[in-house]
Amino acid sequence: MSERTLYDAVWDRHRVRRLPNGRDQLFVGRHLIHEVTSPQAFGMLEEREFDVAYPDRTHATVDHIVPTSDRSRPFDDEAAERMLAELEANVADAGIAFSGPETGDQGIVHVIGPEQGLTQPGMTICCGDSHTSTHGAFGALAFGIGTSQIRDVLATGCVAMEKQAVRRIEVTGDLGPAVTAKDLALSIIRTLGTDGGVGYVYEYAGEAIERLDVEGRMSLCNMSIEGGARAGYVNPDETTYEWLAETDAFVDDPERFEALRPYWESIRSDPDATYDDVVEIDGSAIEPTVTWGTTPAHAVGITEPIPDPESLAPSKRAVAQRAQKHTRVSPGETMDGYEIDVAFLGSCTNARLSDLAAAARVVEGREVHRDVRALVVPGSQRVKAAAEREGIAETFETAGFEWREPGCSMCLGMNDDRLVGDEACASSSNRNFVGRQGSQEGRTVLMSPPMVAAAAVTGSVTDVRELEVPAR
Amino acid sequence: MTDERAATVERVSASAVPVRGNDVDTDQIIPARFLKAVTFDGLGQFAFFDQRFDSATPKGSRDGDGDSAAQSAAHHSSGQRPREEAVGATDNPLEHPFNEERFAGASLLVVNANFGCGSSREHAPQALKRWGIDAIVGESFAEIFAGNCLALGIPTATLDPDSISSLQAWIERNPAEPVTLDLLEGVLEYGDRTLEVSIDESHRRALTEGTWDTTSLMRSNRAAVDETARSLPYVQTESTDGDATGADR
Repeated sequence: MSERTLYDAVWDRHRVRRLPNGRDQLFVGRHLIHEVTSPQAFGMLEEREFDVAYPDRTHATVDHIVPTSDRSRPFDDEAAERMLAELEANVADAGIAFSGPETGDQGIVHVIGPEQGLTQPGMTICCGDSHTSTHGAFGALAFGIGTSQIRDVLATGCVAMEKQAVRRIEVTGDLGPAVTAKDLALSIIRTLGTDGGVGYVYEYAGEAIERLDVEGRMSLCNMSIEGGARAGYVNPDETTYEWLAETDAFVDDPERFEALRPYWESIRSDPDATYDDVVEIDGSAIEPTVTWGTTPAHAVGITEPIPDPESLAPSKRAVAQRAQKHTRVSPGETMDGYEIDVAFLGSCTNARLSDLAAAARVVEGREVHRDVRALVVPGSQRVKAAAEREGIAETFETAGFEWREPGCSMCLGMNDDRLVGDEACASSSNRNFVGRQGSQEGRTVLMSPPMVAAAAVTGSVTDVRELEVPAR
Repeated sequence: MTDERAATVERVSASAVPVRGNDVDTDQIIPARFLKAVTFDGLGQFAFFDQRFDSATPKGSRDGDGDSAAQSAAHHSSGQRPREEAVGATDNPLEHPFNEERFAGASLLVVNANFGCGSSREHAPQALKRWGIDAIVGESFAEIFAGNCLALGIPTATLDPDSISSLQAWIERNPAEPVTLDLLEGVLEYGDRTLEVSIDESHRRALTEGTWDTTSLMRSNRAAVDETARSLPYVQTESTDGDATGADR
């Protein structure tokens, strides 16, 4: 078993006790909730006559079902209205802070947590959403949980869990031009498989990771779940601290920041830590990467041929064959030139300010292709406001993108933003499952924000490195 | 508050249903549009919906109507199998084991590799449970899914790929015959065969001892929880605004 890693250090400090069934009762430092997976948990609490134990460690927002166009209440969609109303009632009853649409702080739960400083190194964080792994970018242990576990966290401030193994993923070298954390994430999943991380927590390390900015680290940790790992983290460093210092939690409280720094330093993995597994990835070998199929592991470099299912492991062949039939691609060709109908820039993976800025640089001076419906859904109201201040929104709108209100939107199509029929979508989201974006025939091609921008303006999947893009 | 003991789950003996395929994600088990509700009521009929029917939504449950009282009253906690009436005439049934009469009473689901990957939605095991599934045997499971199953008292056990293939083929030939998962012995019995299965030890103990629901237990030692809170530098136990962000609200 691993020793002296951040995972061990944080786990040990948060273990309340060993439960009779052999699992650990783990203290939860921050519980983030949203409208889809929490209402049933509040219902269970009511059934058992339990109160919310620690409302001050709990924070709510609404993201999955909110419309990204007309936000006036009540929403046109009755079900969405009912879900938001239920959440509003639950948080009001329990005294839980709520970043609702009228606060200016609303957004995707994995965007607002970090930007408000709710996410900090050495914390345990839970949320009823698999992409909670995002928060590991700060050196927090962050787990996606199911509704019954949400009930547990609400009622006890703890979660019952078993400790897992730690795999260090060491990324060496420099990422090439126009290669982002998203390309790295897709490459890792392609290499290790969608179930390669089962039983593991991923520690991302190495020079390429150290050079990633915090938002890039969030994109990378966000996709840990797509590789089967329940959580992923990056050890906190000066890059982390500089970002944190500007958040609500610390911007007016430098003393508290300095008081916490020794703790943050103390939980970092030791140089001589023991890992259960170590994998090396050559970061310099990665090119802009896109998916060709129906799992995030179906990924390929933009200049590389799509693999023949026969060349894959026997257990992967049937899924790959079905996938190629679904997306209508053939082995041997590349994804370059694959025609798209929709370009979606958003999601908890890639809807932060730096993601939008990188995409806007590609869009600058160009127009959305006439056959493409393109939309930008910022990750939060704060991201949206900042992008409007910095002229990023204007760049998108001038080019013909729709500039929307924040939410999960077309990542999973729980609101009105869905693919229609067999539309193909260049998407900065995280899942290309069949039907994921709201249409059974829909086709999703996952890629980085700059690659989405390139596809939007050319009408097909395009190597962004072939477009003239101004430097920052 | 005394600790309620959860029911013990020692064995599941029932007819089985095979659902083949690797990487069956939770979006396939329960499509996102059926999550637009504030309860889990009536989810059973929507298990694998898009694999079972060639239509957008069942009649009478257009988006947002997924938890209509009529549907939930029929199946909520009643253990009753949802009936055809939940599905309108506009839905064209596709080939899927959950649509086949011969598997209609099955309670043991047999799947392949990485079952339940993707979204952490507990709606997935909730839908399977409400359809009538009490135990799942497969090659491997995604972690959050297996944990969510445990929270509902559904055991997840694993076998090697060849054994799963043989078992699935046997079930097809003997759909009415019982398959028995024995958690105490850690074995699966069917026909004249007995196979050793792998079950996560903490899950196995939790299920067989009836300690899989630990909410009350964890709640009973609040003093220890608060002591842990005091030992963590980042926890603000006596903050004035009741929130560690210090933000204006």
